[in-house]
Amino acid sequence: MYSFEPNEEQQMLIDAVGKYAENDLRPAAHDAEENHDLPLKLISKGWELGFLQASTPEVYGGFGERSAVTGALAVEEMAFGDLAGALAVLTPSLFATPILLGGSEEQKQQYLPAIVGGDWAPYTAALMEMSFDFDPSALKTTAKADGGSYVLNGEKIFVPFAKDAEAMIVYANFNGVTQGFIVDKNAAGLAISDEREKIMGLNALPMYRLRLENVTASRLGGASGHDFGLILSAMRIASASAALGVAKSSFEYAKNYAKEREAFGVKIAQKQAIAFMLAEMATEIEAMRLLTWEAAWKLDNNKEDACVSAYLAQTGSADMAMMVTDRGVQIYGGHGYIRENPVELLLRNGRGFAMLLGLAIV
Amino acid sequence: MTIDFETPKPILQMQTVLQSVAENMMRSTSREFDENEHAIPWEYIEFMHTAMRSMGGGGGLAPSEEKPKEGAEKRPPIGYQKLAAQIEMLSWGDVGYYLITPGGGLGAAAVQAAGNAEQKAKFLARFNDEKPTFAAMCMTEPGAGSDTSAIRARAILDEKTNEWVINGEKIFVTGGDKSFTEYEKFGKGFIVVWASIDPSAGRAGMRAFVVESGAPGVKITKLEHKLGIRASDTASISLVDARVPFENILGNPTVEKTTTGFKGAMATFDATRPLVAASGLGVARAALEFLKEKLKENGVQIRYGLPRNKLTSIERDVIDMEIMLKSAWLMVLKAVWMADNKKPNALESSMSKVRAGDVTTKVTQKAVEILGPIGYSREFLLEKWFRDAKITDIYEGTGQINRLVVARQILGYSGAELR
Repeated sequence: MYSFEPNEEQQMLIDAVGKYAENDLRPAAHDAEENHDLPLKLISKGWELGFLQASTPEVYGGFGERSAVTGALAVEEMAFGDLAGALAVLTPSLFATPILLGGSEEQKQQYLPAIVGGDWAPYTAALMEMSFDFDPSALKTTAKADGGSYVLNGEKIFVPFAKDAEAMIVYANFNGVTQGFIVDKNAAGLAISDEREKIMGLNALPMYRLRLENVTASRLGGASGHDFGLILSAMRIASASAALGVAKSSFEYAKNYAKEREAFGVKIAQKQAIAFMLAEMATEIEAMRLLTWEAAWKLDNNKEDACVSAYLAQTGSADMAMMVTDRGVQIYGGHGYIRENPVELLLRNGRGFAMLLGLAIV
Repeated sequence: MTIDFETPKPILQMQTVLQSVAENMMRSTSREFDENEHAIPWEYIEFMHTAMRSMGGGGGLAPSEEKPKEGAEKRPPIGYQKLAAQIEMLSWGDVGYYLITPGGGLGAAAVQAAGNAEQKAKFLARFNDEKPTFAAMCMTEPGAGSDTSAIRARAILDEKTNEWVINGEKIFVTGGDKSFTEYEKFGKGFIVVWASIDPSAGRAGMRAFVVESGAPGVKITKLEHKLGIRASDTASISLVDARVPFENILGNPTVEKTTTGFKGAMATFDATRPLVAASGLGVARAALEFLKEKLKENGVQIRYGLPRNKLTSIERDVIDMEIMLKSAWLMVLKAVWMADNKKPNALESSMSKVRAGDVTTKVTQKAVEILGPIGYSREFLLEKWFRDAKITDIYEGTGQINRLVVARQILGYSGAELR
């Protein structure tokens, strides 16, 4: 039976996250970006909303079940406030959710209660690599079996909070397939860059590079491993949802600006040239939102084509975010190009969705 | 309620049946009725009429109302959802045929949206009669398309006979001929004519009138020759002192300082725009499936999951087409789900039409482009689907007028604030 209405619990979560995004993340976004600094207090407040906690079963210290649909709703709301802030709040999920999805019972017992039961702490994951044809299914970082454990070699980029992380999942190529490996904080052979990554947007989010030289690690899911397709799809849906949030933010700013700004004696929103741009932005956002929800629903219901749907949702949403955030700047005109105004940051962040992956998971 | 994309069983069952109708009764003669414009595919019409009667619902654009079984749990209504899926599948078969599926069409939709209980009982029952019966909507005039305030047709009440006297010129009436001309094989149809009862009141003076087939003073003056949807007749109709009983007016016969008359028309559109969108998407799906089939025959694989910069140009195009088509269909589903659940859907309805108009046009264009001569040749149906598709972005409000509707909704502007 079709339905497009979030359930009561989801609606409560949307409302709570929406409030935090609007009242806390949004006002802090500009300074956080300019100063390369996200206050821990801000992140902790988001953590206390309990999204990850509510996605973790009671036996592992949480109080609910994971749902990609709920995740999609929450991530969009949070990214509407600020992408960097949202990704920071959700960073522990990068570690905890793959363990929930593919970890062995022992791994779940070992890590989950500590993460969901405590304050926000930087547990993270490393997926991306510095290569123009980066492909999550054909990684250059390698893992080799060595007795009962595994040895990793390679380089990783864009790893959020790596410097302070208690533990991280490193994705590597194991006999031709991608698998996650749990690497502890002080693992021998793990080198983390001193300098933070410098990228076009997301400057508030501290991200680092890793070098792995014969790092010993344990495999996610133990000896039999896990289904990386599930994890990748959950990453794709998170990416699509974050793109929706960023696009919605740019759309809202542009819409409000167009209703204030006057030219030729009327508000510019009263000109069809602007009004039609806004109509198309809203239509495109709604289209990709539904595609993302459907993919998330398929993932939750183990549908055969869930992975293809997640891929389509991510691809479509990345294009949508580019189109919408570009138009956001365009509608502001010259003012859109000035960093005092919010839309240029949204364009820089919006551009990232075509290549950034593994920075969020639902 | 929770977010759910599971297709309801009754819809799945109906889709299976209609797919076989589409393959066996529509596709097989699609070309013939495209090349012989204005020929009537009796076989299809009679088959569909019999089939729909046996399923207990006349066709057209009014949702069938499910009679709940005694003691059964009450389920949320899915009438519009079912209708959208039905229209999508029939249009996948052949959109020209779909448009001449017997039933009330837009005419009945207008009665459904703006008529009172008595009128609904009187005018809508006939679609379940023995003979296939049609109804059509007459809104557009030579000088008035999307700008309905420019409609010049006039209805004046003759108080002596208690009849409305209507004068005007209507064009682009889909199914106008089958609804008005008294064919022996068809039942008695009607046309719904929009005319002003008070031109000084602007849109507030606009009303719809049910004009029975064969009414004196009404004439089919022309059948159009079109780019596509050639199996469907598009009529010009002139009304010269046409007389209509007083009770055939849909809505309030007196003019108040409101725009309720016009809102009747708009309420019709909120219900029908997603259905027209669904029809276009059926054509687009046909084109995309044909494209994928031909690519497969030629050994071209679509490698889903690869990063964008590793894909070939054709792979990128096909993936983009799938994204467009799937998301547009979900917008249709949301709009009709809202209609079923009595949620106001003016925004979602127009959005789905904007998107479907774009998507249907782009997908069919691209499919022809990618397949080269195979796309352009009349040996295959793809070139026809490309021509058929274009109407989606034009009828039931062009993409532009629907953008205007969307823009007004999201900006909270009236028609005067955003012209």
